Amino acid sequence: MLEIIAKIVAERTGCEESSVTEESTFADLGIDSLDTVELLMNLEDEIGIEIELNQKIETVGELIALIEEKKKAN
Amino acid sequence: MIKGKTAIVTGASRGIGEAIAYKLASMGANIAVIYAGSKESAENVAKLCEEKYKVKAIAYNCDVANFDMAKETINKIKADFGAVHILINNAGVTRDGLVAMMKEEDFDKVLDTNLKGTFNMIRHSVGLFLREKEGCIINISSISGIMGNAGQANYSASKAGVIGLTKSVARELASRNIRCNAVAPGFIATSMTENLVNDAILKAIPLGRVGKVEDVASAVAYLVEADYITGEVIKVDGGMAI
Repeated sequence: MLEIIAKIVAERTGCEESSVTEESTFADLGIDSLDTVELLMNLEDEIGIEIELNQKIETVGELIALIEEKKKAN
Repeated sequence: MIKGKTAIVTGASRGIGEAIAYKLASMGANIAVIYAGSKESAENVAKLCEEKYKVKAIAYNCDVANFDMAKETINKIKADFGAVHILINNAGVTRDGLVAMMKEEDFDKVLDTNLKGTFNMIRHSVGLFLREKEGCIINISSISGIMGNAGQANYSASKAGVIGLTKSVARELASRNIRCNAVAPGFIATSMTENLVNDAILKAIPLGRVGKVEDVASAVAYLVEADYITGEVIKVDGGMAI
């Protein structure tokens, strides 16, 4: 999952994929809260499950946890 | 240019919403006709859009005040039309009465449909606009939300709320090429106002006449194409709130 997110983040910001870790905050990666929403939509397309974002997520790790949770629920 | 784009119009089975549906259809937009009351009227509106303007139009029953139903309806529209570019939040109700006598349920009903309903529809369609990298939201407010109106504490509160909602959404989404504006009609001849118009009201309108639903539809059509306008409120009131 981290690889997929890193790829999308890198495409969006032009950073190195390797610089994206679970500890990275979206703010540090130069991604604002609206970007996170868009990122999530890209992820939905990529992994084919619907992820409803109704809470603020700050780090890549939190996003991964959220997706894993949704995957289980599906 | 809105030819070939898809517009959702709520409260589109009659009155102002119906006129907006026809206007946007005449400009070439496909129309999702949202209604809560008469299925027959809504289907007739959709049929007329298809036959007269040669666009795709489908009627959907939806109580916009219901968060989940609004989501389901927008998902259906997405499946049927492929994408959504324009959202016109027109659905509204009145439960007029003096504030000293107003029932809690009458306050809630009006706020739920007019304000929360507008939020619900925006909330569930923003994702579609973000995907399209464009979007145009127009919320129908009211002069009552700007000037206040005795007997309409609930209605004017809801319509003033719609203006605040419009401005915040405009600021929030402007960077994504999504615009959000409001139109504030004054006295427009519809079934909602037919018992309200009297000489005193006509005297309060500088242009001396009530408006037509087409007057509001024209303002909506203007805003749909006005690429550099966002967060604005256009009054269509014959000068009433000057």
